[in-house]
Parts: sequence; structure tokens; C-alpha cells
Amino acid sequence: MRVEFGEKSKHNSALKTTFMDTAQQELTATEQKTTIELSGSAAVLEALIAEGVKTIFGYPGGAIMPIYDALYDYNDKLEHILVRHEQGGIHAAQGYARTSGNVGVVFATSGPGATNLVTGLADAQIDSTPLVCITGQVFAHLLGTDAFQETDVINITTPVTKWNYQVTDANEIPEVLAKAFYIAKSGRPGPVLIDITKNAQIQKFQYSGYTCCKHIRSYRPKPIVRREYIEEAAKLINAAKKPFVLWGQGVILGKAEKEFAAFIEKAGIPSAWTILGAGAIPSDHSLNVGMLGMHGNYGPNVLTNECDVLIAIGMRFDDRVTGRLDKYAKQAKVIHLDIDPAEIDKNVQTTVPVWGDCKETLPLLTELVEAKQHTEWLAKFREYQRQEEEQVIQGELFPTSEELTMGEVIQQINEITGGEAVIVTDVGQHQMVACRYAKLNNTRSNVTSGGLGTMGFCLPAAIGAKYGAPDKPVIAVIGDGGVQMTIQELGTIMQFNVDVKVLILNNQFLGMVRQWQQLFHDKRYSFVNITSPDYVKVAEGYYIPGQKVENRESLRPALEAMLNHPGSYLLEVMVTKENNVFPMVPQGCSVSEIRLK
Amino acid sequence: MTDHILNPEKQEYNITVYTENQIGLLTRIAIIFSRRKINIESLNTSPSEIESIHRFNIVITESEGVVRKVCRQIEKQVEVLKVYYNTNEDVIWQEMALYKVPTDQIAEKALVERLLRENGARVVVIRHDYTVFETTGHREETDALILKLQPFGLIEFVRSARVAIIKHSEGFNRKLREFESMEPGHEPGENEYLDKRDKVFTM
Ligand SMILES: Cc1ncc(C[n+]2csc(CCOP(=O)(O)OP(=O)(O)O)c2C)c(N)n1
Ligand SMILES: [Mg+2]
Repeated sequence: MRVEFGEKSKHNSALKTTFMDTAQQELTATEQKTTIELSGSAAVLEALIAEGVKTIFGYPGGAIMPIYDALYDYNDKLEHILVRHEQGGIHAAQGYARTSGNVGVVFATSGPGATNLVTGLADAQIDSTPLVCITGQVFAHLLGTDAFQETDVINITTPVTKWNYQVTDANEIPEVLAKAFYIAKSGRPGPVLIDITKNAQIQKFQYSGYTCCKHIRSYRPKPIVRREYIEEAAKLINAAKKPFVLWGQGVILGKAEKEFAAFIEKAGIPSAWTILGAGAIPSDHSLNVGMLGMHGNYGPNVLTNECDVLIAIGMRFDDRVTGRLDKYAKQAKVIHLDIDPAEIDKNVQTTVPVWGDCKETLPLLTELVEAKQHTEWLAKFREYQRQEEEQVIQGELFPTSEELTMGEVIQQINEITGGEAVIVTDVGQHQMVACRYAKLNNTRSNVTSGGLGTMGFCLPAAIGAKYGAPDKPVIAVIGDGGVQMTIQELGTIMQFNVDVKVLILNNQFLGMVRQWQQLFHDKRYSFVNITSPDYVKVAEGYYIPGQKVENRESLRPALEAMLNHPGSYLLEVMVTKENNVFPMVPQGCSVSEIRLK
Repeated sequence: MTDHILNPEKQEYNITVYTENQIGLLTRIAIIFSRRKINIESLNTSPSEIESIHRFNIVITESEGVVRKVCRQIEKQVEVLKVYYNTNEDVIWQEMALYKVPTDQIAEKALVERLLRENGARVVVIRHDYTVFETTGHREETDALILKLQPFGLIEFVRSARVAIIKHSEGFNRKLREFESMEPGHEPGENEYLDKRDKVFTM
């Protein structure tokens, strides 16, 4: 026992040692429940420690002050990153969760603090990112009175959380937080928000230790694995002449990268990824045939409508992936592996649903599939790839034009890092270019806002990504539009010396919108022309070194300078203004109608 | 109603939801419909035969495909235990209605006894100023009595949401024990979706 019950620490308030250690020992020693008096706030922090949380991203305010006060005494156990805006805080927590595989934790105050989380919650909900957000709330007796900084955060966040709950009594805190972590990370992960009224934070109660939650009777995180359906799936795969695997983030969330590779390698199936699935197997894996979707690769899109068995693993047939649904893979039998039963038949009718955690189902399937090599079929993908290389990729990665392209910047990064960096992207053309061309050797090395397409995601997410993957270089690839949405987070980078390489690809346009206006709105450029501040000066104001590059000769040295610099760095690269991202499946078209120009 | 005629695949479905008794769950369930612009035609929520478990009865007019997707979204909610959907043929259902009429008019002019008999109605209160009748039945039946009482100066009318019993259900007691007794991580030994793909969901 490291502390005596009731003993005051030097800081004259809560316990210095985590109560868990003591409580556990006490419990085993005496075989009965021992309690100590603790505040609701301290119980929140004890819960975080018990759940293995090390880093919190947050911003204080009136309604969450008791928790921040308690945090003062937990400084040695919990690292708190003071962001510059709550949206930045939640995106940072998302970045952290994505690279680390752990639950991201966010603190915010009531009212505006809580509403600033909404975009991040929606993003985490649609991209299945495990988060626990703790918001302060006004005193319970003031609920519903339009008290200062009162918002109905539970109802505001209901559609964008996997679960949320309002705590009004400190006694609820250990159990509710245990539920929160369990729900956030189990099954299909997602964001959870716990709103704690100020009285509950202050309230002293008899605390009897923290027990992790392992079961909620109304909650089925994982469906039952049914062997007969795995057998049916294996039969289809074994009979297939042109099987095709589509994988998504489910493989990464399920920590099933190895099981996935073993499956496709044994069955010899060409496999393509959604942008959230990128990196689950290395870019240069021999069966990795590229990216799916609107700006994905040529072969995977065209051949979706030629395969005979489509095997979707941990992906949800987003419309950006499928294009026109009534012309999507109609010729194919569809096998869908997913942990979320609500995804089965949601968009694409399945022939065989394989519900379950792919970490469990994939090995069962691998066992039953015959070892094969679909050499001719794979060659077809490679032939389309050759055409795409010739008509699109070559010009993008190795341009001969005077102006720089986004693609060549990514290509240079690949050459320098060899694919070992974590690439965080914002939303727009640069995102599509980065996702298409970045070489990824490792899982959890691609962080992007997929389902929600949240501009402003990148800079804060990169901060969190660095905390989640401290040993890897983290490169934030951002457009000139998106960077201006959350540029305040340079302050967080400055204050906490976060080693993030900020790479702005400046095309002086809201490029993706401009591309659509050019292609589908007769080039009527309506409010897509965006000006930028002097980013290098802005960075300098935050004591972050940087430079701006406008020509090819200085690009490579600048990228090397950035990547070799010990600490954060900002590099602005001026790229061609009116470049378009191709290939493209125009909205409302079938994937096989993908255009190369 | 016209929707139903224009889209023949649409029909009334009775959705039965078993849930924990949790504040905010009604919103969570309601937004699953409103998000898809589906009108909830009737909604009843009340404690079930099992303590702490609530039962929702929801009626919507939709195609089966949509109903199935909506049900899966509902069952996905953390505090929802189980969801069933059924057509009107699969359930026995009732709505209750109350009718307030001026006592003098009804006593003087109507053949009260016949009225009650023909409509299976009961008298709940008789005061000197008003009388309240009650009837239960399908929409047409409760509607019919409105028409009959209208000439006698119907003062107020109210109809409850629909409650429905599923014809071939075995009740929820056994199922709940499965949910509760489960070892963490294990699932009930069934997966009805895969057996009867279209009717019931179990994750
Ligand atoms: C918060 C938000 N607002 C608006 C959009 C719509 N949108 C998508 S891409 C884009 C342009 C992004 O411009 P920029 O950041 O410069 O990136 P580029 O496409 O030029 O690479 C816009 C406005 C969005 N995705 N997110
Ligand atoms: Mg731009």
C-alpha cells in the first residue's frame, strides 16, 4: 500500500497514488469492499488511469473546473494537452486513436465547449473511431433553466455518438466510465460522450475501486460466428474464377492485418482498399491492386464490374466507393464480412453474410479456402494499372511541366521516408493525391477523414497521431483551404513541442470544389478562389521554423530539411493551380465508367 | 395513406422493441426514423412484463427492405435488447379510444344501449354534464363510433397508440435470461436472422 486512506498528499488534496493499486490490494487482503471518500472528479481521473489512458486532449471552462482542479494532482500520471479549440481537441484524440489503436480521450466544458465537439463526434462516428469525451455540465439543479453555458449536449450529440450519458451523481461515475470505455472500443468502435454535472464532479462519495466493464446485457458487440456461412463463403471463393477482395478499416480496427494477409495470400485474391483501409497491408504487397472509389485506381474500379465473387471485408460500401449502386457489381456474388449486422445488405445485397469480428472469421475462412493463384486475373489488374501509369500517374509523379504537382511532392516523400511515415491528410484534392500515392509500409499509418470529409481535420489529427505513434515521422498533408480552418492548433504544436511536419500543398484554390465546378458546372468558379497568409511567417509567429518552395530544384532539399529537422516544421509548396485529380468516377456514374481524364 | 397506394410494396409494419429503461433512448430510437424522413404513425412505450425492460410498439408504413434496415439500426443501439417487425397479419393489435359526450343529449336522443352493444363500447363515467365512453379495436372501429357520436355533440375524443401482440412469439422472458446469463463475449446460441432472414434480428 503506497498511501494511507485519507492521507493528504503534499498538494493538500487528492491522492497522489492511484487509488486502484490500494483498493485492489485492500480487496484481496480483506475480501470485502473497502471504500474511501473521493470526489467525482478524482473518480473520473482514476477511471482514466485504470483504463490505461496516458494522454488527454482538452480545454477547460467553468463547468469542468472541478475535474481540471483534480487533474492538477494527477499531473504525473496523466498528460493533458491543451489544444486551441475543442474541435482541435477531438480531432487530436481521433488522430491518437487511429495511430495507437487506443481510445482517445477529450475534455471540454459545457455549452460552447461541448458544441465545438460535434464535428469531431460526427467524424468519429462515421469513421468508427473509439473516443471517450467528457464534458462538464451546469449543476444538476440548473438543468433545463437556460443556465449560463447550458446546452442540451446529450440531445445534440445523440445522432453522432455510439452512446452518451449524463451523470448527475458522483456515485455513478466509476460504472458509467467503465461502460463508456467498453462501448467505445468494443464491437464496431465509436465515440462516447459522458456529460457530468458540476455538482457530481464536486460531490464526495464512497469509492470502492474501479472495475472494467465486460458485459452489458443489451449490447452485442460481436455477432455470433456461424460456421455454415463461412463454409458457404469458402465454397463460393473456391469456385470463383475472378474473386476480388475489397477491404476497409474493419481489418485495422479488428487488429486483423495478419489474418487478412494470410487469407488473401492463401487464396491468391487481388485486393483493393478503401481510403480508411489503406496501410493494412503494405502498398507494395503483390496482391494489393490499389485504391477503390471515386478517385481510386483504374483496375479496381473497372474490374469490380467484372469479378465473379466480391469479398468485402470490414468495409461499408460507401457511395464514394460504389458509385451508382444499381450498376455496381451486379454480376458478382457478394460475400460480406462485417462486425456490424446493420451493414449487411445496407447498400449492397449480399449472397453470403459473414457476421463477426474478422479477427475470428478470417482464420476460419482461410482454413477452408484452397491455395490458389489467380495469375491471369491478377494480370488484368496489372494491365489496367499500366494504362493508368501511362496516362495519369507518370505525369502526376514525374511531371515535365514547369509547375509542381501534388503527386510529385508525395513521390519525393516516399523516396525519402521509404514508406515509414505516418501520413495524415485533410480533405480535398491533396487528400486524394496523398491517399493514392503515399507509400505505406505499416498499418495505422494513414489518418484521414473518410466518411465525413472534414476539412480542418488534419492539423489537429496530426498532433494526436504523433502522440499515438511517437517513434514515427508524422507528416500532415494539408490544403491551403483546410489549413486555415484549424490553423490555431499551431499553438498546440508550439506549446507542447509536438514533432509534426506540416506540409501545405497550396494550389490557391479550394481545389476539389474547383475541380467539380470545372467539370460539372461549366467552369463557373464560384467562391473557390482562396487567398493565403504568409504561412512561413505565421509559423514563425508560433516559433515553428519553415520555408516555402515554388520550384522543382528546391523541393527535394526542402522536404529533406523538413524531415531531418528535429521538431515541428512547416513547409508550404506552391503547386499547379488548376490540376485535376484523375481517375474519377463522376457522381451518378458506375464504377466501370471511371474516367482517366 | 396515398403513399401506400402509390407504392404497393409499402404496408403497415408493427415494430416491437425491447429496451432498457433509459432516459434518452426514445430520442435515439425516434431519430432513426426522422433521419430517413419516415413518419411514425403510432408509438406506444410502456414497461413490459419484465421488470426494468420497456417495450415499444411502433407503427410505420414502409417497404419491408426499409423496415428491415431501420430495425437493424435500432437493434444496434446499446440499450436496445431486441427488435422484431411484423405485418398486421402477424399480430393481434388494438387501440383504445375515449369519447366524451354531453350526458343530456346522449341520454335523451340516443339509444345508448344499442350504441354500446354495436360498438363494443363501455361507459367509463356518467356525470350530470358529460359521459365518457370507451372502446378498443382497430382504427375503423374506433372511427365508426366517432361518426355515431358526432350527432350527439361529441365534445372530446382521444385515441391511444397501437399495442400489438405477436401471434407466434414466445415472450421475452427466456430471451432475457440468455442475454443476462451470457458469459462475457459469448452470444446466445441462435442467429435467427440467418435462419429466417427476413423477420428477426439477433446480433
Ligand atoms: C468543413 C468542410 N467544409 C467544406 C467542405 C467542402 N470541401 C471539400 S474539399 C474542399 C476544398 C478543399 O480545399 P483545400 O483545403 O485547399 O484542398 P485542395 O482540394 O485544394 O487540395 C471543400 C471546400 C468540407 N469537406 N469540409
Ligand atoms: Mg487548395
